[in-house]
Amino acid sequence: MTEQEAENTTNDPASAVLARARHFVDDLTLTEVVRWKQDHPGRLAVGYMPIYVPRPMLEGIGCLPVAMFGGGDQVDIIKGDSFYQSYICHIPRSTLELALNGSLDSLDGVLFPSICDVIRNLSGMWQMLFPEKYASYVDLPQNFDPELGGKFYVNDMARILRDLTARGAWQYDADKMRAAIKAENSRRAALQELDTLRVKEPFRVRASEAYLVARAGGLLEAAVHEKLVREFVAAARERAPRVYDNVRVLVRGSFCEQPPLGLIKTLEAAGCDIVDDDFQLGLRYIEGDIECGPSDDPMRAIAMAFLRRGQATASRYIADEEKGAALVKSVREVEAEGVIFAAASFCDPALLDQPMLETALDRAKIPHTSLKFAENTGQFQVIREQAGAFSDAVKLWGSAA
Amino acid sequence: MTTTPTHITRPREVDTEAAKDDSQLRQKQMISGHFDKLATAKEDGRAVAYTFVPGNLTELMLALDMLPVLPEINALQSGMRKLSGNYITEAEKLGHSEDVCTYVKCDIGMMKSGNIGPTGTKLPDPNILLLSYTGCFTFMKWFELLKQEYNCPVAMLHVPYQGDGHITPEMRTYVIEQLEREVIPALEKAAGKKLDLDRLSELLERSRKAEDDLVAVWESAQNTPSPIDGYFGGVYYIGPIFSAFRGTQDACDYYAMLRREVEQRVKDGKGPVTPDGDAPEEKYRLVVEGPPNWTNFFDFWRMFSREGATVVSSTYTRVGGLYDTGFRHDPKDPIGTLADYCLGCYTNLNLPMRTKLLASYIEKYKADGFLINSVKSCNSFSAGQLLMLRELERKTGVPGGFIESDLVDPRYFGKANIENRVQSYLQMLEARKSRASA
Ligand code: SF4
Ligand code: SF4
Repeated sequence: MTEQEAENTTNDPASAVLARARHFVDDLTLTEVVRWKQDHPGRLAVGYMPIYVPRPMLEGIGCLPVAMFGGGDQVDIIKGDSFYQSYICHIPRSTLELALNGSLDSLDGVLFPSICDVIRNLSGMWQMLFPEKYASYVDLPQNFDPELGGKFYVNDMARILRDLTARGAWQYDADKMRAAIKAENSRRAALQELDTLRVKEPFRVRASEAYLVARAGGLLEAAVHEKLVREFVAAARERAPRVYDNVRVLVRGSFCEQPPLGLIKTLEAAGCDIVDDDFQLGLRYIEGDIECGPSDDPMRAIAMAFLRRGQATASRYIADEEKGAALVKSVREVEAEGVIFAAASFCDPALLDQPMLETALDRAKIPHTSLKFAENTGQFQVIREQAGAFSDAVKLWGSAA
Repeated sequence: MTTTPTHITRPREVDTEAAKDDSQLRQKQMISGHFDKLATAKEDGRAVAYTFVPGNLTELMLALDMLPVLPEINALQSGMRKLSGNYITEAEKLGHSEDVCTYVKCDIGMMKSGNIGPTGTKLPDPNILLLSYTGCFTFMKWFELLKQEYNCPVAMLHVPYQGDGHITPEMRTYVIEQLEREVIPALEKAAGKKLDLDRLSELLERSRKAEDDLVAVWESAQNTPSPIDGYFGGVYYIGPIFSAFRGTQDACDYYAMLRREVEQRVKDGKGPVTPDGDAPEEKYRLVVEGPPNWTNFFDFWRMFSREGATVVSSTYTRVGGLYDTGFRHDPKDPIGTLADYCLGCYTNLNLPMRTKLLASYIEKYKADGFLINSVKSCNSFSAGQLLMLRELERKTGVPGGFIESDLVDPRYFGKANIENRVQSYLQMLEARKSRASA
């Protein structure tokens, strides 16, 4: 910690809540999940890979959803590499490493949402390696008609509910499910507040902090996470503002394997205010509330939210809308001056999407740059230079415009 | 993924012995006839659909008089014609990442270079992109990319994955309803005509016949020596049925002819045809998992054929339909059978199923070993193959080999390295055999 950081920490009203968030993010051996299970005997913890599974569906039957984002830069890969060729991204290696060294033992099952072939195939690997654990693939619909994809999704959720109930989760109860949806909506609203503050006053909330605060929710119940987010937002508002001459950027492409925190901080240090990103897209996947009235079918409500309010991301088929339109819209909404594509090496969905998004940005005359990383990247000098050059260029173009 | 070298004029380096097979000549005529039709499609007022091999809806397109173009096949064919390297470079210059599937980049590069087909004429632009695909997410991205280039509609069919190892009624219904409510109406619109279900059934009846004959050809590899090579030779056999011809009388005739030829080889006690003519004495029987490399296809094949190694079965030749576990198109249930077909293609099986299938091939075809060709391009195939290797060795007691290459990117075919690995692997099999017989 530098002297400056130490001083900031002492004077920072948000330091305590940030330290708590950091603890949850660093909890790769899931001690908090073990504790939760002790406090909630008989209930299940269900892990899931990025990006998105319907967390309220799990909470509604008494399960704790646990987001799995690999081992970051904190896990030595000993066994995980022996399962993957060099041209496959890093997250499945560290995830297997954690599973094989017992760090994920507290999970009673794992869901593998449809995002790419690597995670899809990992579902089968899990079934082979851990036959005693529940492992299931969640084929999120690519057809967005409620009577087609919606019906399929509702049926698929029913299958997962049956499977988990057979393993000890609560029986389905519509009221409990509605309550879980309500809790998720409140958490979503809190995250929205955090994001709005970051957009309006990025000097109060750094992206690296927002990242920690959001990601902490990966292993917390919605209501608990909501409190943490709100506490951070309140504290951040108390901070003395310091305005830097930074450029406002969006980061895209990091929805699955996460960049190391050092990389996010490097971008910040290079003069970028990251006012929007997709690091923790899963928790923000549904834009706004899951609408579910007191007499509505909650499972249909979850499905409809996915169909109608799911964010445009690389693993989702963009049917009618123009490719990249959602990104351009986001840039405008958060008044960003440029976009940084930061994708994990060998990440098919992100890297296949990128040229189309770049075309859309070019059409809209929005500057962009791109970089690749692995979750355990340790050297950021090149990235710092690249991001620095980009932010300088954006400043110049901005003044020229 | 997938693919078959259908649209390839048989390369000169193949021995004339092979080129003399009646079935090969027949296939060649069929292919050039198809390209002739594509060349005049616009004048003839015929709609063209670009589509993929795994989960293809060929009978449906043909019932609507549409002409299919298969970008995967264009890519593999560019690989064989040594054009893919430049096409890939072209796509990378345009911003496509070096990390992603080279089929996509090869196709984009070819399109940007004029979209010239194997017969030297420009391929017609699509009237529709038929995004029916199984077993790979890249397909979805691929057609999102093409949609940017062509001003035409996309018909999307989402085929669920067999994540839990079986097809549920809900999965089947989902596919059927998408076909009925979205895909068929979109195709009808592009074709400018209504679908005649009786005609579709007639096509499916013919598919079934051809599938019977193809399975008989596959299963002929149970003989010793095997009369076919079920991987290198096999990619030719799947040509018509995985591409534009399933459901046609041409395909029926081709597979009947191929079956007769293969049965004759069995009677004559002959092994497969190789790039150097009839195979030498069969020394090793192998099962192969993973796609071949196309840029050095014949070099690759010879690494096996010259050592007396015959591939008795492969999974790659099942990507466009897994007929040898019993599936046949059913003319009595024309839409349902299309759904069953799509759901059942090889890469739509989960990893335990794929491993089980490979184990069954090793046993059924009495293989001495199995080899995985892991291609850099294709996570759909490759992610998990190292675990499959271990599991298969454990389950079957048969030793596995592992090599790495790529589909159409020549930069990833290290000839000397691959040859060394193949040779050491075969030597290991030889030593095992000697120990067993000692
Ligand atoms: S980083 Fe990309 S390729 Fe790797 S598992 Fe995640 S989405 Fe798939
Ligand atoms: S990733 Fe594999 S299956 Fe998918 S298009 Fe590429 S080669 Fe084909």
